[in-house]
Amino acid sequence: MSGTASASAASRPPEGLPGLDPAWSRLVEAPSSDGAPRTWHLLDTERPGDPEPAGTVLAVHGNPTWSYLWRDVLAGALAADGPRWRVIAVDQLEMGYSERTGRPRTLAERVRDLGLLTEVLGLRGPVVPLGHDWGGIVASGWAVDHPESTAGLILTNTALHRPGSDPVPPVLRLALTPGVLRTGTSRTGAFLETTLRIAHPPLAPAVRAAYRAPYRSAAERLGIEQFVRDIPASSDAESAAEIERIAAGVERLTVPALLLWGPQDPVFQERYLADLQQRLPHADVHRFEGAGHLVPEDADVATAVLTWLRSAPLDGREPEAPAPVGSDYDPLWSVLEARRADPSTALVEMRPDRRTALRRVSWRLLATRVEQIAAGLVDLGVRPGQRVSLLVPPGADLTAALYACLRIGAVVVVADAGLGLKGMTRAVNGARPDWIIGVPAALGIARALRWPGVRIAAGALSPAAARALGVTATLGGLAARGASRTLPPPPAADDLAAVLFTSGSTGPAKGVRYTYRRLAGVRDALRGECGLTPETGLVAGFAPFALFGPALGCRTATPEMDVTRPATLTAERLAAAARAVDADSFFLSPAALTNVVETASDAERDDFARIRTVLSAGAPLGAPLLERAALIFPAATLRTPYGMTECLMVTDVTLDDIRAAGTGNGVCVGHPAAGARVRLAPLGADGRPGGARTTDPDVTGEIEVRAPHMLDGYDRLWLTDRLARAGTAAEPWHRTGDVGHLDAEGRLWVEGRLPHIVVTDSGVVTPVAVEQRAESAGVPRAAAVGVGPRGTQQLVVVAEGQRPGVIEGPLADAVRAAVGRPVAAVLGIERLPTDIRHNSKIDRALLARWATTVLSGRRVPTL
Amino acid sequence: MGDDRALRQAGADAVTGETVLVTGASGFLGGAVAAALLRDGHRVRTLQRRPSGVPGAKDVLGTVTDPAARVAALSGADAVVHLAAKVTFTGDPAEFAAVNVEGTRALLADAATAGVRRFVFVSSPSVAHTGASIMGDGAAPAEPTRARGEYARTKAAAELLALAADSPAMAVTAVRPHLVWGPGDPQLVRRVVDRASRRRLALVGTGAALIDTCYIDDAVEGILAALRRIEVAHGTAYVLTSGEPRPIGELFAGFCRAAGVAPPTLHVPVPVASAVGAIAERVWRIRPGEDEPPMTRFLAEQLSTAHWFDQRRTHRDLDWHPAVGVSRGLELLRDAYTRSAVAGGAGDLAQ
Repeated sequence: MSGTASASAASRPPEGLPGLDPAWSRLVEAPSSDGAPRTWHLLDTERPGDPEPAGTVLAVHGNPTWSYLWRDVLAGALAADGPRWRVIAVDQLEMGYSERTGRPRTLAERVRDLGLLTEVLGLRGPVVPLGHDWGGIVASGWAVDHPESTAGLILTNTALHRPGSDPVPPVLRLALTPGVLRTGTSRTGAFLETTLRIAHPPLAPAVRAAYRAPYRSAAERLGIEQFVRDIPASSDAESAAEIERIAAGVERLTVPALLLWGPQDPVFQERYLADLQQRLPHADVHRFEGAGHLVPEDADVATAVLTWLRSAPLDGREPEAPAPVGSDYDPLWSVLEARRADPSTALVEMRPDRRTALRRVSWRLLATRVEQIAAGLVDLGVRPGQRVSLLVPPGADLTAALYACLRIGAVVVVADAGLGLKGMTRAVNGARPDWIIGVPAALGIARALRWPGVRIAAGALSPAAARALGVTATLGGLAARGASRTLPPPPAADDLAAVLFTSGSTGPAKGVRYTYRRLAGVRDALRGECGLTPETGLVAGFAPFALFGPALGCRTATPEMDVTRPATLTAERLAAAARAVDADSFFLSPAALTNVVETASDAERDDFARIRTVLSAGAPLGAPLLERAALIFPAATLRTPYGMTECLMVTDVTLDDIRAAGTGNGVCVGHPAAGARVRLAPLGADGRPGGARTTDPDVTGEIEVRAPHMLDGYDRLWLTDRLARAGTAAEPWHRTGDVGHLDAEGRLWVEGRLPHIVVTDSGVVTPVAVEQRAESAGVPRAAAVGVGPRGTQQLVVVAEGQRPGVIEGPLADAVRAAVGRPVAAVLGIERLPTDIRHNSKIDRALLARWATTVLSGRRVPTL
Repeated sequence: MGDDRALRQAGADAVTGETVLVTGASGFLGGAVAAALLRDGHRVRTLQRRPSGVPGAKDVLGTVTDPAARVAALSGADAVVHLAAKVTFTGDPAEFAAVNVEGTRALLADAATAGVRRFVFVSSPSVAHTGASIMGDGAAPAEPTRARGEYARTKAAAELLALAADSPAMAVTAVRPHLVWGPGDPQLVRRVVDRASRRRLALVGTGAALIDTCYIDDAVEGILAALRRIEVAHGTAYVLTSGEPRPIGELFAGFCRAAGVAPPTLHVPVPVASAVGAIAERVWRIRPGEDEPPMTRFLAEQLSTAHWFDQRRTHRDLDWHPAVGVSRGLELLRDAYTRSAVAGGAGDLAQ
């Protein structure tokens, strides 16, 4: 029964498969590697008489799919503006609707077969091979064999790993077991069905049926079996040499490359992406969080491909280099170097176990310690550009580790514990650190959840505990190790310095890239805007800003609090920290400030009376909270800069400014600050930003910012990064995703998030002002969301602290009267969904889905 | 702008002073349409079994299934607004088909013969409702086989006939007012208030389903707009609502408050209501009574799923916007109940 090799001719797919235009289908005969001419089925966007395209995408599916996988790329190319790209998606021989030749084909033959086909097709102009799964290897092979035509390469969930160097993933190992192989692949449709079942979200039944259509019988599925059989489980397997040849060839490719990845793939796991990145270090990378193996089904691969084709330098031109933002560059560690002999206090750590006992670190000790750990890290093998995840709560250890990493050019990965375990795991997997420096509890989690990275412990560990946690070194050990060593030269200003994760209040947290120059820009923004000097005593109760204390040269105290729960900071603890550094400035998160205001008593009166600056950032602060804070800090200027992880300070505003601004459409966040510039992309009637950017007053649009201290880009999120960019490469602007307007005085007002705006049939409604008015009607906290299709959405107000469901009667009447525009329903909810970090950014998208379900008449779901 | 106004003006001129036949003018909406046409200076003819009660209208008594009555009513008519239909929730399917489908077919044919130039078929959004929630959809095509209940199925078939009859000689459009209500409304408001006052009103399901409705004056003006703008609106169907959808429980509570009775507090789960409806339909089929059954499966579904519509095409094509809306409509309803109470009425405006 060996390979019941029945040959059958190529054919066309049936009509009516979702998303597939029958006009794309062609049958093409070409010579093949076995000597006989063979007929291919392929999809092709080109029509006779079409002008010469900008280039051709040669798309190759894997196993067990067919060219149907690429239908959205074909449709997208036909619908796209600008230069027209031809897309050809082939069905590999034995697969899809191509010929069943009756003989097995090896990888090398498949690569040759594709080359023989493209000779017949006579492709004009540059070619960008695009491959998925096994098709990625075949497409790479084509690129390696056609260097003169290859203008770029796009790969998605595939592998060019060296056989033997890495075990075959367990899922595949099972499929390769003799006996299982044939039963699983050709005799039954198990392999096919498993592949179709792992889509996220599940495929529509009609799409699943379309994938099955060419593989209905065992004979039709023989190609699937052959493909699996060809997977080299060891280095002496038949195709191992060909894979090695292709992998080596890919390393020599210098053309632009794009790697699109679905991280939830049980076969092509993240380490294969890391391997590809090593071979193609210049490649653009986008990880579609939540997508799995069938990336083109799970994520918008078509948009990524077509956007990339438009923007990548596929014609061999040099990419336009971004003009450096700001020219003077003073490294972050310059204060440490300058004060290395200074015995005065740099850091005070309020210890959680004993409230009054302090750990004091002088500038001299801090500088020495940073240099020792830096040298120790180098000695351990940490190299410039390698990533180090810091899982250490704010304090002396974090500060020392952070500045040590920066000094040696390691890239610091900072994901706030406020993301929660799930969010942290996503962030760590996304950033893929080479090293993890963490406190034992964090290292235990890292080990349990298999976070990548060699583990280094912050704090002393017994040898047994170190073994249990899989720890390679401790910070103390590194300092000792580095004591006698000299440091390498510092990194360049425009090298990558840090990946900071967003709060993830809207979708998965994103890694934001900062270069050394831009991090130094953040420090300079804080220094300039808040008047911080070496004489300043600072209590830093808010992580992102706390890290800059030593760079600012301030005496910095870390108060006793659980950083994952900012609301654990009490007035008493804050006052204790203030006394420890003779503080005159506070950095506090909004949640921490709220709790301080609520727990303040006469006991802290004298300590707080000395405070000159209170800065609270991270989420909008209401005027009522600031008014209460003003009573507690009578001598302080209360500042609440507007910013985001991507640009920590866009504008700055004081309580006095807020009082002067009064009420308006949104929250007044003040004037642009610290060298930041702000402009607006006006919203069209459809609620989408576009058109000429403006700084005219009272034009509502998406807020765009440009600043010396803004992000360099998003990390391994090429498409997100691209879509968040405005302006030119030489003069980049960042699209904040926030909506607002400037007033006649040049003050910025934030009206909400772009995805949260409500587009009714009488125009665009931004949520913040609606919420403020609803709250003025007696709702403790409200959220405004839209239900229904964009353009004819209904405005719904959701009121917190109420029984879930429709509110009618006097409260609903009062809300409607206060809002002053049609409100379809006022709904109650016990708690609004908010971000973990600040408990203030309302997840209006989630809430809108909830409201839609409630108002459809179905049972009220829990959130 | 200028062009638009000119067109509007031309349309208005074209129909002013014409003879319009309103079928079903003894009903709540039909009577109001007839009265509004008279107000606008038209001559109004009506066709239904009972006197229309509209002062100034010329009644032809009969049904749309009666050829002689049709011919008499259509004689000299320039335009038709066809509202007459069997609108009950239960009843003999053959009777629904005879009145709603065959009556419409005959009226369309005779209208064309009589030289009628404009024909507005008053339909219902239920012709396109197959049971799922409607949230911001437009006017989907009528589906006679999938619509729920005899009324909706026969109205769907009739609407398709009407739109198919659209021709250069006689422009035909279909408008679907959704849940028309207002002072004097014998259906929605009266039933809700009656049952609530007897403490026999329960909300089906959560009472949160978002529902579009049409205040009577908005429905009337929308129908008149369709007649006026038929050059643009012919050959297709439009949903008419007052905008301002509300959760159905809130709307019913609004009716009750306007009438001065306590709003409902009882909730009946959807499956229970549906089961009760199924039984009631069967019982009423065996012993049809004067009244409608308290619940039908159709009604259970209508009262527990969202129904609200994208009105942009309606507003644009008909060059019309609802002038009253739901909030103001509830105030007007309350005023009407107050006036009737002051006048010493029984509080039942429908009598």
